[in-house]
Amino acid sequence: MGLRSEGRSSPYRVVPVLEWALLALFAVAPLLVADYIAVFASRLLILAMLAISFDLVFGYAGIMSFGQALFFGAGGYGVALLARDLGISSAFAALPAALLIGLALGWLVSAFLLLGRHPPSVIFVALGTLTASFAAEELARSWYYLGGQNGIPSIPVLTAGGYEFSDIPFYYLVLGLFVLVYAGSRALTRSQFGLALAGIREQEARIGFFGYRVEVFKVIIFAVAGAVAGLAGGLYAFHEGFVWPSILGVVLSTQIVLYCLFGGTGTLVGAILGVIAIEGLSYALSERFPTIWPVLLGVLLLLVILFLPGGIISLLVSERERVGDFGLLRRMARRGGRVPS
Amino acid sequence: MSLLEARGIVKLFGNLCALDDVSLTVEPGQIHGLIGPNGSGKSTLLKCVAGALFPNAGRVAFQGTDITTASPPERARAGVGIKFQITSVLPGLTVFDNVLLALQARGGVLDLILSRTRGALAERAMRMLAHFHLTERAGEVAGALSHGEQQWLEIAMALAPEPALLLLDEPTAGMSLEERRATGEFLRPLADRCAIVIVEHDLDFIRDICGVLTVLDQGRVVETGSVAQIQASARVQEVYLTRV
Repeated sequence: MGLRSEGRSSPYRVVPVLEWALLALFAVAPLLVADYIAVFASRLLILAMLAISFDLVFGYAGIMSFGQALFFGAGGYGVALLARDLGISSAFAALPAALLIGLALGWLVSAFLLLGRHPPSVIFVALGTLTASFAAEELARSWYYLGGQNGIPSIPVLTAGGYEFSDIPFYYLVLGLFVLVYAGSRALTRSQFGLALAGIREQEARIGFFGYRVEVFKVIIFAVAGAVAGLAGGLYAFHEGFVWPSILGVVLSTQIVLYCLFGGTGTLVGAILGVIAIEGLSYALSERFPTIWPVLLGVLLLLVILFLPGGIISLLVSERERVGDFGLLRRMARRGGRVPS
Repeated sequence: MSLLEARGIVKLFGNLCALDDVSLTVEPGQIHGLIGPNGSGKSTLLKCVAGALFPNAGRVAFQGTDITTASPPERARAGVGIKFQITSVLPGLTVFDNVLLALQARGGVLDLILSRTRGALAERAMRMLAHFHLTERAGEVAGALSHGEQQWLEIAMALAPEPALLLLDEPTAGMSLEERRATGEFLRPLADRCAIVIVEHDLDFIRDICGVLTVLDQGRVVETGSVAQIQASARVQEVYLTRV
């Protein structure tokens, strides 16, 4: 039996084009631009990884986290301590450690905030994550072991065996890991688990009556997002060569929210566009308007949030494509456009 | 052993007593109607059975197990399904994905992450949609369905996890006469698969498909019995003549 055509269209059109275009751009960027731009692009990729961690929790599960920097900074401080105290800068040890620190911390924070007797409110979770991020920043600022105000300097170059990942090799390592994180996140959000997340995001109160333990799904996605942020933080520590308290704090946490709101949530690729747009604009505006550029950027952000609540991705991707499809249309495609019996 | 035994249910909202020592027994395969004037406590009783509300006193037993304090997911996994009065389909998802969402709810998290059950559940989802004549709309977003079709989709979703007890709160609300008739045809054969409790204002609809009726008024049970017994009951007539 055929399907009616109205209200139905293949949800996969623009997003894959954007994804491949961005991948191609990032793959050839070091060959086309000066080295310092490639270093800037490494930073963009790391921040995009961090923005994806927020998109996983907010864009897909509807959990407002104002504390993603906590997991990012914890991953960064973790690899910095490994390097300083144990002399470990191997990618095989440092990066899994950063990922695991983010995972464990994400699980702990979400278990504390989400596994209560009653479902927590959005405000409770937002303030809880914000407070955790603030407390971690203050702890790092005041604890001598973590370097206090100055943080932990002189993190060595990331290595693998005898090979050192400096500049361009580091860029391609970041790009490779970013592609893995992106592909994993995409697979997760388009899986049956992703369908459950869509249910939680749209009708949280309802789907418990189908048998979903909503809080378990939320803790899992929060922990996964913590792991992604932790890995990004580990890479950032090696990229910058030092870590400092602000990378755990509320300013960066808020910045991540802005990346996603500006780019658009719930597509993953929107988060990348948000990072590129905000960081690119910050770079360009600060060169031309060295004193008032934050005000100009703030006004621009406000305009986008007011007039494009779906972010800049909504100019390119329809709501239907954003929500997507979790099974039937792919099966139909395999059966020549017919509904499976 | 009865499928559902609710005994002495009391539900208070502040000083208002919505349910006052209400009991309800449902047998396997029974289609049981709950009727009564507005505010009589029908929906509140349904919510106390599904776990959306917790009674202040009384006991709810399902298949011999006390579920009075069980959470909604625990009750759903035990075999209690519910369709609420207000339609809550996911308008942005396809009709098919709405049913798949309900079908996969009792699966393990790892199975869902790896999408291990998608193929097997897809066939069941399509059978469910075929039962409610929604096959042709499977690929459309649920928000594009008419109100009546959304009600059918919601019933299909409640039925998808194969509950032993299906609770339907006003399944024909806002439907045309033709849609009500079709809803009756969809529901009648389901008694082979599960017991159904229906809250409904449409007495003709209730009379056509229910084997047993319970009449509530002001939070109390007025009468329970077959359709003929209820129709002949002087107490029920008094309630409907004086309050409806």
